[in-house]
Amino acid sequence: MRTLSYVQAIREAHAQLLARDARVFVIGQGLWSPWYAGASLEGLDREFGRERMVDSPVSENAVTGLAVGAALVGMRPIVFHPRMDFMLLAMDSIVNQAANCSYLFGGTISVPVVIRAVINRGGEQGAQHSQALHAMFMHVPGLKVVMPATAYDAKGLLIAALEDPNPVLYIDDRWLYAETGDVPEQVYRVPIGQAAIRRTGSDVTLIGISTMAAHNLKAAATLAREGIEAEVIDLRSLKPWDRETVFASVRKTARAVVADPGWRMAGAAAAIAAEIYEAAFASLRAPVERVTLPDAPAPSSRAEELAYYPGEHEIVEAARRAVGAGQPAKAARGAA
Amino acid sequence: MSTSTCGIKELPGGTPARDEAGPAATPFRADGADSPDWLLQRWGVMLLIRRAEEAIAAMVEAGEVRCPCHLYIGQEAVAAGVAAALTPSDTVWGGHRSHGHYLAKGGSLEKLFAEVLGRTSGCSGGRGGSMHLASPEVGIFGTVPIVAGTVPLAVGAAFASRMRGGKDVAVAFFGDGALEEGHLHESLNLAAVYRLPVLFVCENNLYSSHLHWSERRVADNLDLAGEFHSVPGTRVDGNDAVAVYRAAHRAIEGARRGEGPSLLECRTFRWRGHVGAGWDTDVGVARRGELAEWLNRDPLARVAERLAVLGVHDLAARERVVLNRVADAVARARAGASPDRGRVLQHVWAEAACAP
Repeated sequence: MRTLSYVQAIREAHAQLLARDARVFVIGQGLWSPWYAGASLEGLDREFGRERMVDSPVSENAVTGLAVGAALVGMRPIVFHPRMDFMLLAMDSIVNQAANCSYLFGGTISVPVVIRAVINRGGEQGAQHSQALHAMFMHVPGLKVVMPATAYDAKGLLIAALEDPNPVLYIDDRWLYAETGDVPEQVYRVPIGQAAIRRTGSDVTLIGISTMAAHNLKAAATLAREGIEAEVIDLRSLKPWDRETVFASVRKTARAVVADPGWRMAGAAAAIAAEIYEAAFASLRAPVERVTLPDAPAPSSRAEELAYYPGEHEIVEAARRAVGAGQPAKAARGAA
Repeated sequence: MSTSTCGIKELPGGTPARDEAGPAATPFRADGADSPDWLLQRWGVMLLIRRAEEAIAAMVEAGEVRCPCHLYIGQEAVAAGVAAALTPSDTVWGGHRSHGHYLAKGGSLEKLFAEVLGRTSGCSGGRGGSMHLASPEVGIFGTVPIVAGTVPLAVGAAFASRMRGGKDVAVAFFGDGALEEGHLHESLNLAAVYRLPVLFVCENNLYSSHLHWSERRVADNLDLAGEFHSVPGTRVDGNDAVAVYRAAHRAIEGARRGEGPSLLECRTFRWRGHVGAGWDTDVGVARRGELAEWLNRDPLARVAERLAVLGVHDLAARERVVLNRVADAVARARAGASPDRGRVLQHVWAEAACAP
């Protein structure tokens, strides 16, 4: 097996999709500039031509609409939003147009478009270059949302997204770009809607999204040293999300921590926690814990950034609270 | 240039025409658009739109049609004129007032009625109603009531056409209010910078919902909207099917040759209210005077007058054929099934791509 970084895996998926399907093109701001795209699209304009790698004017809504229109008539576009914050200007094309099409027109038309958004936080960039807005899009029927956390998934989910007949929002995070992992050279798909169990455990389920899935693994190692065996689930897809895997795990461990790189209020973690309560209330021995951003915009200064972004430490604390709630985990299991 | 009493030179509240397109008595040209056959065919399309919408209006008044219907009556020459310049594989993109675009491009009459009646046999499976029409087999990939919402989509269809090396043109129909939306200007620029085969058709009926243009803009200059983006614009009498066709044909054939996008401002007027079957429901008395003037510019009567000049007088038999066609289609549409309650989650997700 070959090792690639997360960002190299994204680039390879693009290159393979462009090479094998003439209907594929990429359009958005900053395609030709590493300042915007990192190494994720590096050199693809030279390899596949600027007719198919289109660095666009600063027109988020119309560029996204262009991709939606092209998808409607049979192309397979990938729209690129180098900062997820900018994509808010494209809400009409995404929410009103792309997401509604199949339903509204009774299944007569479909929009096989990939909308790629990059979370680009840290580095003192502040509130309008840092937002993780996935929960807003999870809310919308007709839109799929995926957030890979590993190099393997970064490639496999992009390929699956492009082959899906629905609009798929593919969200990558630059904090993950340097993470490395095994990535097969061939074309492969990671099924949308399927979570991955990264570690098995019996005391608490740590459910993670994107960067928080990586933090969960480190937290699990710390917890293991304390005698707490965490089961770690990387959600990978937010819509649809893998209820079966999550519920089965929570029924087994009786405790859940949902770690989400977004805001707390009406966030992804809130939606997942609510469904865990609905489906597995009788199995729970502690309230579902949520590790999220505080309900505040992203600050700029390094000092405040450190206070703002949760990580391994917050997950460990949440898991300890969950395990400590009510009876101790081991005793409770022994009594059962 | 001829100056007809029906020409755009005398538009109420308007400004003079800026070019030679559009006076009603367009001089004869050897492009077929003045031939009796061509005129009869366009007259037939316009009459079909009008009678179909009158049937819808009656069903709205009877409470049989409940979805909001924005009637196109009075504007038929725009859809009929532009569609005459299109091929079956060209695409048409519309808005909330798109029955006319749908019928002129060849959408099924029965499926339109079934759609507004909410039947599963409707063109959108009874999911969309009047404001959401699709008929991909004739190049209609969705009309929607978000103002200017489909304009970027039309640009995307043109982008696809160019990438495939094809000749298909995309036509974006929108109202005067749409030019107040930012993404319309984004779309003009994208179409220009990529030299895409798009025709932007602004149907300027002077009102955006209830609001007259002069309450929304300082200058009456929508034909210039593309100029800053290097998209040439033409103002044309939108109640003159021949003038609309000639301007559209010129722009569309240029687009097919790779000359890029154009904008057409078609000056016209809707006879009914913004929404519903009524005549003046939402703009009140002030509009009544204007309406009387515009009734004299009836796009159907104007083609009939030309036909009379060419010796074609008796249209009554043809009119009966259209009326019968409408009545039959309404009857068939009514017989369609209403959706089952169990269907409500169907098609949230596409199971396979439907694209051509």
